[in-house]
Amino acid sequence: MSLLPFCEWLASTSGSIALHESLYMYPLVESVHVLTLCLFVGMSVILDLRLLGIVFRRVPASEVIDRIIPWMVGGFVVMVISGMLLFYAIPIRSYQNIFFRLKLIALVLAGLNAWTFHSGIHRKVGEWGAAAVPPKRARVAGAASLALWAVIVVCGRMIAYNWFDCDMPQRPLVKWAAGCVEKPR
Amino acid sequence: MLLPYFQWFETTTIGEWIKNSSWAFAVIESVHLLALSVIGGAVLLVDLRLLGFGMKRQSVSDVAREAWPWLVVSLIVMLVTGFALFVSEATKCYYSTPFWVKMTSLALAMVFTFTVRRKVSLADEHDMRPAVLKLVALVSLTLWFGVGAGGRWIGFSG
Repeated sequence: MSLLPFCEWLASTSGSIALHESLYMYPLVESVHVLTLCLFVGMSVILDLRLLGIVFRRVPASEVIDRIIPWMVGGFVVMVISGMLLFYAIPIRSYQNIFFRLKLIALVLAGLNAWTFHSGIHRKVGEWGAAAVPPKRARVAGAASLALWAVIVVCGRMIAYNWFDCDMPQRPLVKWAAGCVEKPR
Repeated sequence: MLLPYFQWFETTTIGEWIKNSSWAFAVIESVHLLALSVIGGAVLLVDLRLLGFGMKRQSVSDVAREAWPWLVVSLIVMLVTGFALFVSEATKCYYSTPFWVKMTSLALAMVFTFTVRRKVSLADEHDMRPAVLKLVALVSLTLWFGVGAGGRWIGFSG
């Protein structure tokens, strides 16, 4: 099943066209998306470093988690809304962009990692929270989160480059991964 | 007055290399963004604490001490990668208002962070008036916001 028809419909809506062609709104939304990195990813990094036993070793991990997560959630909401607006402005090209696809896969993996952590070892935080270095499962979750968010940030930046765009000559593998279709549009 | 120097940067080996490579700018910019995430966290954590949010049960100085090495290291990465990006398009930067906004904010933010903010955040907070702590946080947030917003806007201009 291809989502291309949906993206084509989305691109034809007046709101999408207006945002795409706007002089200030699109750059503004993009700036919000990038600068919120500081809040969302910045706070995640601190939390992940605590899970790895690198920062705030004398502060219980449970307290760092409780204090930081509300700010992460706030940052995440801004990220998702601004990110969806950026997709809304340029649906077809984003959908057929390899970095966009990689970013979505990494986002799903980051979500699964967070879910595994919170439904697993985090439930027993009362037992290990005070330890300077948390148990292995918590450290693995922290390291995986750092790696996945780094991939997400880099892929997000790379979406802007047209190296693997469908309207350029590409190898079959790239065409397949980007979901290029032969019919001229 | 500075224009010839800016133009010269682009003719240096590193400037030429980044400019002519199809991927160097993108890769350096990605590292610049990763460091932005870290410096953003390190700055925000302390400024939020100065404002009375976040890690409230720790003293301001504990939070500031913990964040400091991350701020310094990510700032160094930012400066090195930022300089590399700059030399590859120095002439464009010379004519870019956002670039000069960013550089002015950056100079002020660095001076403020390494003097007033460092001193206030590492001091015993009971010796400080709460209003002073809050003011320091607001100045820091404003200056660093100027750096970030100016930086993003360089890409939109020209």
